[in-house]
Amino acid sequence: MSEFFASKDWQTLLQNLPNLPYATWESFYATVGSTLLALLIGLPLGVLLVVGEKDGVRPLPRWLMQLLNAVINLLRSIPFLILMIAVIPLSRILVGTSIGTVASIVPLVVASFPFVSRLVESSLREVDAGVIEAAQSMGATPLQIITKVMIPESLPSLLSNTTIALTTILGYSAMAGIIGGGGLGQIAINYGYYKYMPLVMVVFTAMLVVMVQVFQSIGTRLAVRCDKRLRR
Amino acid sequence: MIEIKHMTKRFATQSGTVVALQDIDLTIADGDVYGIIGMSGAGKSTLVRCINMLERPDEGEILVNGKAMQTLNAPDLRAARREITMIFQQFNLLMQRNCLKNICLPLELAGAPKAEAERRARELLALVGLPDKADAYPAQLSGGQKQRIAIARALATDPKVLLCDEATSALDPNTTHAILQLIQKINRELGITVVIITHQMSVVEDICNNVAILDGGRVVEQGTVQAIFSNPRSDAAKRLVYPAGAPHSEGMPGRRMVRVAFNGTQTTDKPLVASLAIECGALVSIVAADTRIVNGQTLGSMLLALPADPAQAQKAMDYIGTYPGLTCEEVKGE
Repeated sequence: MSEFFASKDWQTLLQNLPNLPYATWESFYATVGSTLLALLIGLPLGVLLVVGEKDGVRPLPRWLMQLLNAVINLLRSIPFLILMIAVIPLSRILVGTSIGTVASIVPLVVASFPFVSRLVESSLREVDAGVIEAAQSMGATPLQIITKVMIPESLPSLLSNTTIALTTILGYSAMAGIIGGGGLGQIAINYGYYKYMPLVMVVFTAMLVVMVQVFQSIGTRLAVRCDKRLRR
Repeated sequence: MIEIKHMTKRFATQSGTVVALQDIDLTIADGDVYGIIGMSGAGKSTLVRCINMLERPDEGEILVNGKAMQTLNAPDLRAARREITMIFQQFNLLMQRNCLKNICLPLELAGAPKAEAERRARELLALVGLPDKADAYPAQLSGGQKQRIAIARALATDPKVLLCDEATSALDPNTTHAILQLIQKINRELGITVVIITHQMSVVEDICNNVAILDGGRVVEQGTVQAIFSNPRSDAAKRLVYPAGAPHSEGMPGRRMVRVAFNGTQTTDKPLVASLAIECGALVSIVAADTRIVNGQTLGSMLLALPADPAQAQKAMDYIGTYPGLTCEEVKGE
């Protein structure tokens, strides 16, 4: 037992433990910030994917819809590891550096907004076509149908899908540790992978597990609470 | 007034073009309760959606109070739709809004101030008999209550026309009757023209004044409810009026058979069969009958076997022929 406490692995863990709160914070804001930005881009795109269809409330030209779908599919098919490296020049332009937590938000947003737009699309498709028809019969404009019917009616589903996005982006943000993205992932990778100190990796990864659990339970609770379809 | 002139609607499907509605001509007067009845797939939902341009007709004209609906631009059409509102089989309420907010929606869309919209919504909640449901969500209501909220919502913008698309088809018979009573009240008190799409003859019987029968995308018969009930001419009308088949029977050997159709004979009038016996001395047998009383009038038909004696039979035939409020025809080989 004393052998274990004397080991380099244990000693390094003790040395790094004070970094845990700050690393957690870095992971938290990289994830939440990226998710918010991804929603900012993904929500309008998801709306366009639904309303722009041939039978949608505001049909768009066929070529535009095909282009939009192709671009989203293309971005979704590039592995995150490669995308992360490919957008380094973009990070430099936007935030002036490609290293650090703020810089990691750029590849995270680029990688996740297409995914978020698909999630938004699937949420909006759940809205009953009859309710949309009712709004049309009342003389609603396409924009009113989007803002007063489609988004409010799919809010519970949008919230649970946002939770899915949040946990997925948290995973990506840990991966961004490879290119110096900061946060829990970077420490876990540096010590666990490059320096063969599994104990550090396990502890920092465990913190990621805790974060996923917290995000998920808050998200699920919010989605259930705001859903007025459930009788209570 | 709603005038539908030579309207045709086609749908492109994978197996080619399908004509959903062909050369429809209908006129619905202001303040009328007009039924459009047909079996599933007859095109009645498409027809009603062409009135407010949720479906665009391929040919023909739709005039609502003189306005040609198909020529309106988008803003004018939206304004016109506030005067032609609609209720649905599945109610189509917003599940994430409470009842008050659901009723406010059309006013909100029209840009009405919030306080005014809520005041109007509360009035309408009282009108449809649910004044205490303002804060309830649709999921907490029964089907009949949901339809009442949908009716209140449809009335929010003071429409001239209310379109009812199978509005009672998802409801049980008692609730159906209560909802129809409410629609009738709205028609009488607010003077709103009502167009009712249904496959249930009982709905037409209950509240409509006039009816069109739709079969295979065509209007096969139209007229007053009494006329069509008493003497359905088309096959589609016969199927609807006599779901179990028109009264018929094997002929009685050696007896002439006559079918009598009641065209809204008053129930207070003297009874036919008894009068035949007393005034004419002709003893007839009722072989089959399917009659009912609608709004105090007898509708339906009866199959009678005339007396075996030819002279007596002729006398009875002549008597029936001059009897008020009914038509008759001799039936052979049934």
